[in-house]
Amino acid sequence: MPVISLSVNGIPVTAEVEPRLLLSSLLRDHLGLTGTHVGCDTSQCGACVVHVDGKPVKSCAMLAAQADGTQITTIEGLAQKGKLHPMQEAFRDNHALQCGFCTPGMVMMSVALATEQPDLDEAAVCKGLEGNLCRCTGYQNIIKAVMAGAKAMRG
Amino acid sequence: MYEFEYHQPKTLEEAAKLFADADDPQFMAGGQTIIPVMKQHLAMPSDIIDIGRIADLQGISVDGDTLTIGAMTRHGDVAGSDEVRKSIPALSDLASHIGDPAVRNRGTLGGSIANNDPAADYPAALVALGATVYTTSREISAEDFFTAMFETALEDGEMVVKVTFPVPEKAAYEKFPNPASRYATTGVFVARTGDGVRVAVTGAGACVFRQSDFEKALDTDFSPPALDGISVSADGLNSDLHASAEYRANLITVLAKRAVKHAG
Ligand SMILES: Cc1cc2nc3c(=O)[nH]c(=O)nc-3n(C[C@H](O)[C@H](O)[C@H](O)COP(=O)(O)OP(=O)(O)OC[C@H]3O[C@@H](n4cnc5c(N)ncnc54)[C@H](O)[C@@H]3O)c2cc1C
Ligand code: FES
Ligand code: FES
Repeated sequence: MPVISLSVNGIPVTAEVEPRLLLSSLLRDHLGLTGTHVGCDTSQCGACVVHVDGKPVKSCAMLAAQADGTQITTIEGLAQKGKLHPMQEAFRDNHALQCGFCTPGMVMMSVALATEQPDLDEAAVCKGLEGNLCRCTGYQNIIKAVMAGAKAMRG
Repeated sequence: MYEFEYHQPKTLEEAAKLFADADDPQFMAGGQTIIPVMKQHLAMPSDIIDIGRIADLQGISVDGDTLTIGAMTRHGDVAGSDEVRKSIPALSDLASHIGDPAVRNRGTLGGSIANNDPAADYPAALVALGATVYTTSREISAEDFFTAMFETALEDGEMVVKVTFPVPEKAAYEKFPNPASRYATTGVFVARTGDGVRVAVTGAGACVFRQSDFEKALDTDFSPPALDGISVSADGLNSDLHASAEYRANLITVLAKRAVKHAG
């Protein structure tokens, strides 16, 4: 079985993994990082988005073995010293979640969007979140939150 | 997913040897199609040969009037590349509208064309631009590469290495995306080159095809009204829950006109 070494939220991890193990299962079932949600397991919903070397990817559509040598950030890795990330804070302030199931993926995608394009407008938020589905909020408050979070990240 | 062996070769030679030695192997690029397909047990390879770390499959370069893109290049890298934007902006625009950002960070040019999904975007660009597909054993013109629905000219174990695109005078791509997946319900790529105009249609039929009556009309007059009065037959076009064949036939004209306008 492949032995992989990677960094998860800054912590080095070495593990022997079955080739068919998905990155989402490595994170949730082996490392106990259940903040990454699996909504569909068919690449459609975006609840499982994590950052691989800084880029958002669907962790249900990547093998753990493919993540060898990478740096992974999950929703658990955003808050620093007990203080929420500005994007998390913006989701809370703007009531951008109801059941919260989509939220980890939404936040991870939004952080990536705002990092890549700090002055993004509403249209860019909508386009950027095309792969993230929410069954509760109707998206309006999510868009507001991402705009506010991006502003807070600009400082 | 059923069990399989996993390999991560660093060279094309190593990949070819692993392929030859395995029972029922399959290449994996970004996994954006093959992983979901394996989850559904529609493919059950004995060995997955991950080609993601082969240096010869990477990279984007421009040499004179030719843009070259390695098979493992992710859609997001094509969309974000200055070289692509400067040489063939229509191609960077196309790549920026594939799926969503997460899919674009994993999905690749080689994987997309090897899979030849009837609703994929890249096949239209390759055919309209008159691209050439370089494989581990030969060169294939785009038109000969895409043979039928989910079928290509690739032989067992043959790998796409890179694609070269002649830089056109003008080009544009317009698609009517499926609102859920963003795949093309219908997409039309129009390119004008020194050799004339080429119009390629994806999403409407079983496989990408050229709309030759449009090409002739645009050769004489490269403007949207040049397509007025040419009727597109719905015969043989796809009909499904997303759109009827007649709807797609109409989209071909609408999107071709938009693409001509957009190309300027
Ligand atoms: C949610 C979602 C939305 C999408 N939306 C769009 C869209 O709007 N437009 C669009 O065009 N596509 C879309 N796609 C497809 C996506 O663009 C990928 O390019 C496509 O899934 C192929 O993925 P991949 O490159 O990771 O290849 P893989 O899944 O790794 O491989 C696909 C197939 O190609 C073979 N293969 C891969 N590379 C090579 C090579 N170099 N040589 C020979 N064979 C090879 C593999 O063996 C496999 O059979 C979408 C996908 C998803 C999941
Ligand atoms: S769980 Fe990965 S996209 Fe839905
Ligand atoms: S808050 Fe419930 S799915 Fe988005």
